[in-house]
Amino acid sequence: MKLVEHFATGLDAPICLTWELTYACNLACLHCLSSSGRRDPRELSTEECKTVIDELQRMQVFYVNIGGGEPTVRSDFWELVDYATAHQVGVKFSTNGVRIDAAAARRLAASDYVDVQISLDGATAEVNDAVRGAGSFDMALAALQHLADAGFRDAKISVVCTRQNIGQLDLFKELADRYGATLRLTRLRPSGRGADVWDEMHPTMAQQRELYDWLVAHGEGVLTGDSFFHLSAFGSALPGLNLCGAGRVVCLIDPVGDVYACPFAIHDAFLAGNVRTAGFQEVWQRSELFAELREPQSGGACSSCQHYDACQGGCMAAKFFTGLPLDGPDPECVQGYGELALASVTSAPKPTGDHSHRGGVRGGPVPVSIGRHPESRPVSACEENPLAGLTV
Amino acid sequence: MLALHPQVSVRPEPFGALLYHFGTRRLSFLKDRRLLDVVRRLDGATSVDEALSDVPAGERAAFRSALATLEKTGMLQ
Repeated sequence: MKLVEHFATGLDAPICLTWELTYACNLACLHCLSSSGRRDPRELSTEECKTVIDELQRMQVFYVNIGGGEPTVRSDFWELVDYATAHQVGVKFSTNGVRIDAAAARRLAASDYVDVQISLDGATAEVNDAVRGAGSFDMALAALQHLADAGFRDAKISVVCTRQNIGQLDLFKELADRYGATLRLTRLRPSGRGADVWDEMHPTMAQQRELYDWLVAHGEGVLTGDSFFHLSAFGSALPGLNLCGAGRVVCLIDPVGDVYACPFAIHDAFLAGNVRTAGFQEVWQRSELFAELREPQSGGACSSCQHYDACQGGCMAAKFFTGLPLDGPDPECVQGYGELALASVTSAPKPTGDHSHRGGVRGGPVPVSIGRHPESRPVSACEENPLAGLTV
Repeated sequence: MLALHPQVSVRPEPFGALLYHFGTRRLSFLKDRRLLDVVRRLDGATSVDEALSDVPAGERAAFRSALATLEKTGMLQ
């Protein structure tokens, strides 16, 4: 059996695990995959988080990817990071940079077991702030500067690839090089608020090709979190496992302790259990949902496609939240089968939870639509209304 | 004498084992349970040959090459 086939049948513990510590966030990014904004009153307490870490240590989960929301706004954030690294659980955390001041950067530089990912969705303030909110570009760059000044080595710049920023790939690389950072590119998913902006933000087919060629040219020097395996159907496989790891090698623990098959699948259909009631190990090893995901999967409509071995039918969450069957093509199938399938979709499932800010957020992104102002509509030559064109 | 790097953690799995190096953040896979046994025996053995003593002679070259790869990637030192 090939190694990747072992992975498909599941491991005793995940290789890596995403743990979102809070739904609270100072930003309101348009494409937030977890619809974050407001803290959930049921979020795990400090002691409950430590119990989870103890369990991860026993299961030898080598590291966790901590995110949110914005994880650093939890008042016990550093306490939990220290607790994890003291218990042989390495930490990689994603942040928008809001709490990465000079002191935090020095603290991070002093630890051998913490990695930092600063999120940025545009290589210029104009492109970034339209999605992440006014001032978020400068905030992220200030954090990167603090990290560089403190001697923190190899920070990551984490970018969700969109229609608006694919043309900036070289600029992102230059930016990363300037701070001694590594670029990490990931795929936009129609998850959370991402579903609302998917049609406007997901890359065009031509851009997918551009991205694929760029990734092939840059090889392992650019990280992808294995998120672009659907692009492997363009030709040779990209570095990484090229496998949907949901419930097999990865999963998500959300802020209230719910365990989902993957970070992009916050929906009851992918909820395996809760760490409060069962403990994480029990959920990982015995949940019915994960057992199902570890069964051999049918390629369905894709199994007759010559590229199926390369792309494995793509991303489960991307299919689910665009209303496509899980055993068919990915909505961004590079052979075009996804677009065909999407044409007959009438409705798509909504995410289960929504913690979005209810009102506006200061400096938050304002979605704009391009269109003609109704008042300035030119008067048609065939207009019969005697008051046409008159403004008072 | 070759041994596991002190920052490397080993997690047995049905297919063999996962190795994670906390220093380099590199993940490696041992695709054979017997290779895991050999890696574990390195600690306490006086030579690589001794650690390989249970491996059939015809397979030792493959095991040596696997060990060399692990050394090159810093998992063994």
